[in-house]
Amino acid sequence: MAKLMDYDRALELFEPVLGFEVHIELSTKTKMFSDAPNYFGGEPNTNITPVDLGLPGSLPVVNGQAVRYAISLGLALGCSIAPTSRFARKNYFYPDLAKNYQISQSDEPIAFAGSVEVELPNGRLFTVPIERAHMEEDAGKLTHVGGATGRIQGAEYSLVDYNRAGVPLVEIVTDIIYGAEADAPELAKAYVSTIRDIVVGLGISEARMERGNLRCDANISLRRRTPEGEPPAPLGTRTETKNVNSLRSVERAIRYEIQRQAAILDDGGTITQETRHWHEDTGQTSAGRPKSDADDYRYFPEPDLLPVVPSPELIEELRAALPEAPAIRRRRLKTEWNFTDLEFQDLTNSGLVNEVIDTVAAGASPASARKWWTGEIARTANAQGVDATTLVTPLQVAQLVALVDAGTLTDRLARQVLEGVIAGEGTPQQVVDARGLAVVSDDGALIAAIDEALQSQPDVLAKIRDGKVQAAGAVIGAVMKAMKGQADAARVRELVLERATALPE
Amino acid sequence: MSEITQEQVTHLANLARIALTPEEIVSLTSELGSIMDHVATVTEVATPDVPATSHPIPLQNVFRDDVVGQTLTAEEALAGAPDHDGSRFRVTAILGEEQ
Repeated sequence: MAKLMDYDRALELFEPVLGFEVHIELSTKTKMFSDAPNYFGGEPNTNITPVDLGLPGSLPVVNGQAVRYAISLGLALGCSIAPTSRFARKNYFYPDLAKNYQISQSDEPIAFAGSVEVELPNGRLFTVPIERAHMEEDAGKLTHVGGATGRIQGAEYSLVDYNRAGVPLVEIVTDIIYGAEADAPELAKAYVSTIRDIVVGLGISEARMERGNLRCDANISLRRRTPEGEPPAPLGTRTETKNVNSLRSVERAIRYEIQRQAAILDDGGTITQETRHWHEDTGQTSAGRPKSDADDYRYFPEPDLLPVVPSPELIEELRAALPEAPAIRRRRLKTEWNFTDLEFQDLTNSGLVNEVIDTVAAGASPASARKWWTGEIARTANAQGVDATTLVTPLQVAQLVALVDAGTLTDRLARQVLEGVIAGEGTPQQVVDARGLAVVSDDGALIAAIDEALQSQPDVLAKIRDGKVQAAGAVIGAVMKAMKGQADAARVRELVLERATALPE
Repeated sequence: MSEITQEQVTHLANLARIALTPEEIVSLTSELGSIMDHVATVTEVATPDVPATSHPIPLQNVFRDDVVGQTLTAEEALAGAPDHDGSRFRVTAILGEEQ
């Protein structure tokens, strides 16, 4: 296990320098260069054409929709769109692509020089510089068999499914990111999260990290701090961490690499320039392939494809159709909903902004919608280890809120109803009916229970009559118990005080 | 004469996964040098007002509609494979990792 330096100590000695490569799988109907379905899954090697297998005589043709998606994404990232961009061959031998090269873009990407504003959990706004966004194709899926059993000879092989080969990708590459300082892990998470919001907003990708629709490679190096007045130290050697498949992993992986690299550098060691693999289970990275000759990709213009020259009219049409940028949308919603900074931050961090929007649209107040999603629902999701959005729908939450607002449910009862909805027992109203959970609003039943409680606790009754109103708590508790919690505590309190004076001595 | 070295040829052969004998390296070093000289001659002719091109014919924006077409069956896909497991291609153990 690698030696780690205390995080705060590492930040005292070194400045973290970051860079990210995020791959987005576009949700077109067909692949980037062939008319095979863009559908990864199903029976292996069925969503493929001769182009995806690189068979002799097959020729790629660019998917026009993928180009439009890439331009929209470039514009949403604040990039300039290249008047002319070209595809290039990236040559390498690996069986995940049958052609022995990947069609990508090298020195003429479709979009370049942009920036993305991200908001950190502590409220800090950070502008991430974008170097470029380029189009390319995804690779097939390899399954390695054998080896782990220790029988190396002859037993090891790999199986290849090309269904994913040729799926359209846009790779977003940042410039070198300085100044994140101790926020580096949070920035990494916030950046990837913002990119996800952007592509979801554009409707160009499913952007599910756990399915590999959105993948992040995180580059990080450390630069030793120099005393004031001295020139800055040169940039350190970087590592590239791959296989980070959740927002939480992105954050953890960056923090781990800062601590690992700091420990090595402080011991007088050197960082090896290499790819590193993130292991979700152990929370560590391990060494992968060192950068070497194998990275000499010998890019050259793809002779089978023609330049992409988007007309200014097309670019303006796509620009006009862009949805509101996440940062602007965030500011607008915060004002509309009248949330405090802390409340909104809390909501943003929960990743449930869209759910609250939909719940408000379904009739709930913003405050109630936020309370349920970031409270009970998020807690339940956390306990079950699932995504909150899979538990209930915004409509169900709005219906629940409506029942509370109408006085049919107290918060306590509403939580039981929510439990029923999550358990699949139907709509909130159906759960109320089936479980008999509605508030007892019949004053007659309440008064009977109150009178009984007051008479069985004459000392409490005497105290209330002496004006010691806080003593009523014991009676309220007894009544709520008798009502099995299905009463509005505020109403019970009113009635207790009323009955205390009304009852005969 | 271009400065192609035997080291460069060895490196290229390695990248292209081609096994070369020492004799072949010597002869290819000389031949590649000649090709480079030839290209250099063309470069001399090209004046700054001739833009770089990747295609002899000035075509651009040839796109396909995003409509699903005919796919291969797994059986067809695997027909030419040296080895497979019935649904996937089988390849020898892979050193290194995905790019």
